[in-house]
Amino acid sequence: MLRLALKMLFGDHAKYLMLISGITFATLLMTQGAALFCGIMSWTYSPMRNVRAHVWVTDPKVEQVNDSKPLRDTDILRVKSVEGVASAASLYLGNNQARLVDGSFKFVALVGLDSTTLAGAPAEVVQGRLEDLRLANTVIIDELAIERLSEGRERPIGVGDSFEINDQEARIVGVCKTVRSFTGGPFVFTTYDRIASYAPGQRKLLSFILAEPGAGIAPADLARRIERETGLRAYTREEFMWSTIWWFVRNTGIPINIALIVFIGFVVGIAVSGQTFYSFVLENTRNLAALKAMGAANGTLCRMLILQSMAVGFIGYGIGMGLVSVIGNLVLRTGKVPFLLLWQVPVAALLAVMFISALAAVLGIWRVARLEPAIVFR
Amino acid sequence: MKLTPDSKPTNGIRALGLKKAFGEGQSRTSVLRGTDLEVLQGEMLLLVGPSGCGKTTLLSIIAGTMSADAGQVEVLGQRLDGMANAEVTRFRAHHIGFIFQQFNLIPTLSIAENVSVPLLLQGLRPAQAEQRARAVLGQVGLGERANLRPGKLSGGQQQRVAIARALIHEPSLLICDEPTSALDSENGRQVMELLRSIARDPRRCVIIVTHDNRTYRYADRMAEMEDGVISRYLNSPAEIADAHGISLAQ
Repeated sequence: MLRLALKMLFGDHAKYLMLISGITFATLLMTQGAALFCGIMSWTYSPMRNVRAHVWVTDPKVEQVNDSKPLRDTDILRVKSVEGVASAASLYLGNNQARLVDGSFKFVALVGLDSTTLAGAPAEVVQGRLEDLRLANTVIIDELAIERLSEGRERPIGVGDSFEINDQEARIVGVCKTVRSFTGGPFVFTTYDRIASYAPGQRKLLSFILAEPGAGIAPADLARRIERETGLRAYTREEFMWSTIWWFVRNTGIPINIALIVFIGFVVGIAVSGQTFYSFVLENTRNLAALKAMGAANGTLCRMLILQSMAVGFIGYGIGMGLVSVIGNLVLRTGKVPFLLLWQVPVAALLAVMFISALAAVLGIWRVARLEPAIVFR
Repeated sequence: MKLTPDSKPTNGIRALGLKKAFGEGQSRTSVLRGTDLEVLQGEMLLLVGPSGCGKTTLLSIIAGTMSADAGQVEVLGQRLDGMANAEVTRFRAHHIGFIFQQFNLIPTLSIAENVSVPLLLQGLRPAQAEQRARAVLGQVGLGERANLRPGKLSGGQQQRVAIARALIHEPSLLICDEPTSALDSENGRQVMELLRSIARDPRRCVIIVTHDNRTYRYADRMAEMEDGVISRYLNSPAEIADAHGISLAQ
């Protein structure tokens, strides 16, 4: 009977397509919305993904990596004096204006790395050499900067070319791969001691101190020790990431807006699938009543409806996830749209779809359970 | 023929003092008012009467798809009144075949799959059920069309499919609700010929509710119903022919 249940479902092409479409659309909306949210959140802590360090030391009031309250220059010595700190490096992180050859300005995220150690340097330099950053007036830019800073040029900007930051020459000695920032500006890496000329008018330039734990010391333990002994705030990479994410969740409308998209997807799924499935059951009322008259127990009919509903759920989910994958691949190639499909998102979407399917089945079962087989004689 | 609780049991249908009403309060309407009915095995009984006299209600109670408010109903030696729903459902699945007025074939299944439904309800494997369905379809002259959907068949052919479905599990009781009303005279004749041949089987009884007087000539007995009771029995084809001015079937 279960095989016949599927044939009854697949044979009604119009209803079947409508049911599948409802679930597919719901899956697409929910998953796409959640992936968008995760992508945006991953962009909020992109400075931490581009500047690698185990422990970030900040002003006590700093809650997220895009906000910096400059530290005193002596604070780095205090951090270095904490037992367990293997190394501590200065880091500048700030927004500045780059002047292009045509006189226009573009906003860039300027990163000043410790001159000696280059601690926090980008992981992947695709052109040029990281060590060349120690030469005078040099910078390493990311791939987004090539796109943004090439305006007014005959050919894309690259290694060997120059632009200006605060009337100071910035000569490109390398190109690196980075993760896009939430603020949208390209990353430009230079050394910390060059920041004073690139970012004048700021009395204190020390945004963060990057600390590395000694052998056998856990980053979390080191962070707590630094906090106790210096009074500064110290985050492990994981802690700072979550602190940044939660700051954006609490202080921006992003979660609410995206949660709305996801919720709408869920409601659309319930509405379309529930209504269509109920309509499918209504249209088959006489057939179902005839089956009852012929000796089909309520349990048999309920199992048929559950199978039909779950089949639609799984198929619609599969198609929806397929579309999400295609869309995700396309947008990720552009590099311009935040999209992050964590494994939890498809799992949550599957649970939501199963809930929708179960609800649709319950509507049908409620109808069938009350069905009098005698109606076939009317 | 008046039945009493002391009447000898038959293996067909025996209903005694059935009462059924619908609605509540002032709108409550009595449809069956102490109806008695007997159908013997090996015969075809026609249940006739004007619309609203209670034929369909009586048929539903005999079929076990509706319960009476009062009275006894014994089908194939089993008392259905007082039986639990699940038991009645199982009883129907094993012992009763149905032929509906509107055929009630599932349009998205092939006719072989439609015919196999009663066997699937009894737990037979799909492949076996479909094999037997094809064999039964062959017996009603539709073996070569087994893979077609009902929509591709004529009304008469669909009703033959319904008959095949009603017979595949070899039920002892065949309940037919207006089996010819949707058919032209030639198809109706073929269906009634088929039903009469089925009714000849001494292990079976056939009860047909009908308005169609073209079917009267095929009956062994007729029960005329009026205002919720059986008003008259015609106990032979000759009595039926005399009462309704028709010629007997050959």
